[in-house]
Amino acid sequence: MSTAPGARTGSGLYVPGYVRDHDTHPPLDYSDYNSTALRHPKRPLTLLPHTLTEVTSPVLGHERLGELDHDLTRQHEGEPQGQRIIVHGRVRDSDGAPVPHTLVEVWQANAAGRYRHTGDNWPAPLDPYFTGVGRTMTDGEGRYRFLTVRPGAYPWKNHRNAWRPAHIHFSLFGQAFTQRLVTQMYFPDDPLFFQDPMWNSVPDEEARERMVARFDYGSTEAEWALAYRWDIVLRGRGQTPFESEEEIVEDEE
Amino acid sequence: MSTYPTTPSQTVGPYLHIGLPWPDGPFAVAEGTPGAVWIRGTVRDGAGEPVTDALVETWQADPDGRFDHPADPRGARAYPGLRAFGRCPTDGEGSYGILTLKPGTVPGPGGGQAPHIDVSVFARGMLNRVVTRLYFPEEETANAADPVLRAVGDRAARATLVAAAAPDGYRFDIRLQGEGETVFFDI
Ligand SMILES: [Fe+3]
Repeated sequence: MSTAPGARTGSGLYVPGYVRDHDTHPPLDYSDYNSTALRHPKRPLTLLPHTLTEVTSPVLGHERLGELDHDLTRQHEGEPQGQRIIVHGRVRDSDGAPVPHTLVEVWQANAAGRYRHTGDNWPAPLDPYFTGVGRTMTDGEGRYRFLTVRPGAYPWKNHRNAWRPAHIHFSLFGQAFTQRLVTQMYFPDDPLFFQDPMWNSVPDEEARERMVARFDYGSTEAEWALAYRWDIVLRGRGQTPFESEEEIVEDEE
Repeated sequence: MSTYPTTPSQTVGPYLHIGLPWPDGPFAVAEGTPGAVWIRGTVRDGAGEPVTDALVETWQADPDGRFDHPADPRGARAYPGLRAFGRCPTDGEGSYGILTLKPGTVPGPGGGQAPHIDVSVFARGMLNRVVTRLYFPEEETANAADPVLRAVGDRAARATLVAAAAPDGYRFDIRLQGEGETVFFDI
């Protein structure tokens, strides 16, 4: 079977598939991250052609959003501790097209590196004014924007003296089941990258750098907040809008 | 053609529960909808232990086999209360549950596809999601002709993709690794 992403239906309807971007992603079996040992399939994956089920996904609207879901600094009576930051950017697909009106969900530790989660009990303070959960939709051009505080690094027990670099967890839907992505945004020049198996699990060095936001002085707000820009790229269809259906079929060979 | 390289996947980590679950997540169709069925199951690891920090997501067609999405050229039928997408974290026993309507036959390569639900599993300890499909036990004829099921050569492996009947719907257990390992797809 070829690895052509698309599939022709019985009635002749061609469903263009999405590019397969395996080279970008970490392997499921990665021994430096201990917990993968019992949680990765041992049988090889079976190729799934992209049918209507895989090229569609839920059309979610603003009804999913609360008024302050995009502003993690204003979800309580008082202001959270920490460095106030704007995190913004653009969601595109790999063909360069913006991904508009798609849900972006984030969760993160507070400025001291602690999550508001019953399982996080390391001796760092909780912040009564910080939940660490945000949601927004991209606009018509694929842009998103959050206001939050910079998360702290935190220890975990994967290896001796293990620390996670500061990060924000991101979850994106895109416009197709194939585009679904859960990832983490990192900060520039973090000294903890070298010992972090999550970071190192991404095999390609350039791909790792795509998880790092860049400091964006132009978007800082004077006497209010620093800014980071992080653009996210989801799988596209690997085609320009000008190709005819015949050319797409030929591309399968 | 300019190509932008894609952003890598990372694990949901141990604290997914603060960010991902929705109060209405398990209800791919609104509670009380006539004909709604529960899909319940347990996620287990390579040692057979329940995975208590996973998230299961489902995506499917409506009972007419259509999708309420611009990529479906046939247009959607209206099923009030049907989001067709479900999301449920596993509990302390590794179990999840999604309330939905059974999907219809979906167009596919070489003919129709048997009714099916696409399933994603995210968890701590998984650097990317895994994807599987749920098929229905009473659809023996359609399942035998389904192009995706047919591509899974091994009979026992194929059986991991077929749910079991349950009193209020279906049971679909997911084994991430080892004995009875679920068939997962390269999507
Ligand atoms: Fe984290």
